[in-house]
Amino acid sequence: MEALPLDEKINDLKVVLKVEDFQQLLDALIRRDYQVVGPTLKEGAVVYDSLTRVSQLPAGWTDEQQAGHYSLKKRSDQAYFGYGVGPQSWKKFLFPPRITLWKQKSPGEAPEPAELPQDAPRYAFLGVRACELKAITLQDQVFLTGPFIDPIYQARREKVFIVAVNCGQAGANCFCASVGSGPQVTQGYDLALTEVTAAPEAYFLVEVGSQAGQTLLNEVTHRPATGKEVAEARQVVERAASEMSKSLATADLKDFLYTNYENPYWAEVAGRCLACANCTLVCPTCFCTSPEDVSDLTGQVTEHRRRWDSCFSLDFSYLHGGSVRPSRQSRYRQWLTHKLGTWQDQFGEIGCVGCGRCITWCPVGIDLTTEIRALRQAAATLTAGTETNPKSDER
Amino acid sequence: MLSSATKKPKLAVWKFASCDGCQLSLLDCEDELLAIAGALTIAKFPEASRAFARGPYDLSLVEGSITTPDDVERIKRIRQQSKLLVTIGACATAGGIQALRNFQDVNEYIRLVYAHPEYITTLDRSTPIADHVKVDFELRGCPISKTQLLEVITAFLNGRRPRLSNYSVCEECKLRGTVCLAVAEDVNCLGPVTQAGCGALCPAYRRGCFGCFGPRENLNLPSLVAWWQSELGLKPAQVELALRTMNAWSPPFKEASENL
Repeated sequence: MEALPLDEKINDLKVVLKVEDFQQLLDALIRRDYQVVGPTLKEGAVVYDSLTRVSQLPAGWTDEQQAGHYSLKKRSDQAYFGYGVGPQSWKKFLFPPRITLWKQKSPGEAPEPAELPQDAPRYAFLGVRACELKAITLQDQVFLTGPFIDPIYQARREKVFIVAVNCGQAGANCFCASVGSGPQVTQGYDLALTEVTAAPEAYFLVEVGSQAGQTLLNEVTHRPATGKEVAEARQVVERAASEMSKSLATADLKDFLYTNYENPYWAEVAGRCLACANCTLVCPTCFCTSPEDVSDLTGQVTEHRRRWDSCFSLDFSYLHGGSVRPSRQSRYRQWLTHKLGTWQDQFGEIGCVGCGRCITWCPVGIDLTTEIRALRQAAATLTAGTETNPKSDER
Repeated sequence: MLSSATKKPKLAVWKFASCDGCQLSLLDCEDELLAIAGALTIAKFPEASRAFARGPYDLSLVEGSITTPDDVERIKRIRQQSKLLVTIGACATAGGIQALRNFQDVNEYIRLVYAHPEYITTLDRSTPIADHVKVDFELRGCPISKTQLLEVITAFLNGRRPRLSNYSVCEECKLRGTVCLAVAEDVNCLGPVTQAGCGALCPAYRRGCFGCFGPRENLNLPSLVAWWQSELGLKPAQVELALRTMNAWSPPFKEASENL
């Protein structure tokens, strides 16, 4: 979705969608040939999958997240969006985990692209959180700017319709507020919902972010919001912000990381890190892939494929003669330094949106906010040691 | 691509201590079997045919582990007759489930199991093929993956290196969209330390990874085991049980299970 220049009227428009009319929103999207994808329960977690009915949403469920742990719990109400982000992100739709880029049926023939832009799926994302919207804009920078545009991402991205949702609660691993990506959605959506459950009657406060959103809303029963309702919705997001206990201090991160390649604490993290790649694969901004060329037994039919890969795998950094990052220490350092440091040189800001997925889904509970603090502490201890050591100046 | 004028390379399949499951993967290549038979002369493959052609062989697939004094001699003869020797499966690459004997006194087992122990001639350890002869490539798995076997044969026919992953099973779970059992269900899953190749089959059916494909590169078993014990409350005996299966004798699993 291209961010449309909005006139004041649309931007200020706040309406109420009653919970009993919520299905109309999905129906309107489906009528417009969107494949609606959104949160639903699968394998003990909230995942993103195709939806046709609001009853497929995880109403009445919430999640509890800790470092290395995730579990679902019943809520006391029937909130449709009363949980945090799960193991998957929207990148699986815009940036598919595996895709064939082209096929060649025989050596003489021209390769055929496997997915033409006009064949790209037309998704409507239902329930995109503020941190996830930010992640999408970060991946937009990766795939849609610079000399090489990714046509697969571009075709999918241009078609997508985004229904964002403001968070009403913060998970234990959330830190979006400290990195400035949430919990309030501010831009990049077609419609944004705030779910108010505490009132005598549950409702969604809807904000319109684009002409497409406005047009769609016209097909759904709604009424203007009262001042009281707008205030109630604001409280929902304020509560999420105030609940957030984790944070990441970003101000001098790049300089800090650039001067700490030899920080002894990297070895400590590497002692726990499994280099399993889970953090990078659940990360909504990580974008690394590996190409794969495959052939059939005869060597006549060939395919060029692309799949998600990770800086935590040995082969990812393989150049002639060997891998650049053979140790777990070098891989963890690479990941964190890129995500929070060199990403700034590449794209002008950090590559972390504070969603906390890498913390929850690390099988040994490694928490980057804690590790950054520990790295800073180790650096401070070293500096203090140097200052009190008279010999250090002589070297 | 081999031209039709070229003589077709000879393939032989050999069996040592094993269940035959891995070599049956070759027969499981139903759709591709004709193409394989068209590209290769199947010189020896008792599971498929009684026909037997003498060596030397261009490609030998070796299944099973070395468990008898006779095996030790036979694998040397096979090596001498094989241009390329590829081991297939956990038995051939790590000693297999039968390597559990390596942690015990094999004579005690023989006495308990056999009515006439004097008929049994066996080594006290089950060992991988690579402990005895040079191996050109090791294909992991219990059993091996049909897709990976095809890739090895295709690579061989096309004169290139096989393109097989050495990353964790976790990557395969994420690629297929499986929710992590270790995190969501507190299961002691071996996925993070196990080499990919199975397509993350077990987690997709909500079972933790059993480690069939053996240790991945640069694995960190001590950290995973420490987490199992501190966070999932596993007792040393439970950890040992998880580590001592098809790849019990692979050095990292062996070491971790002995240090509990």
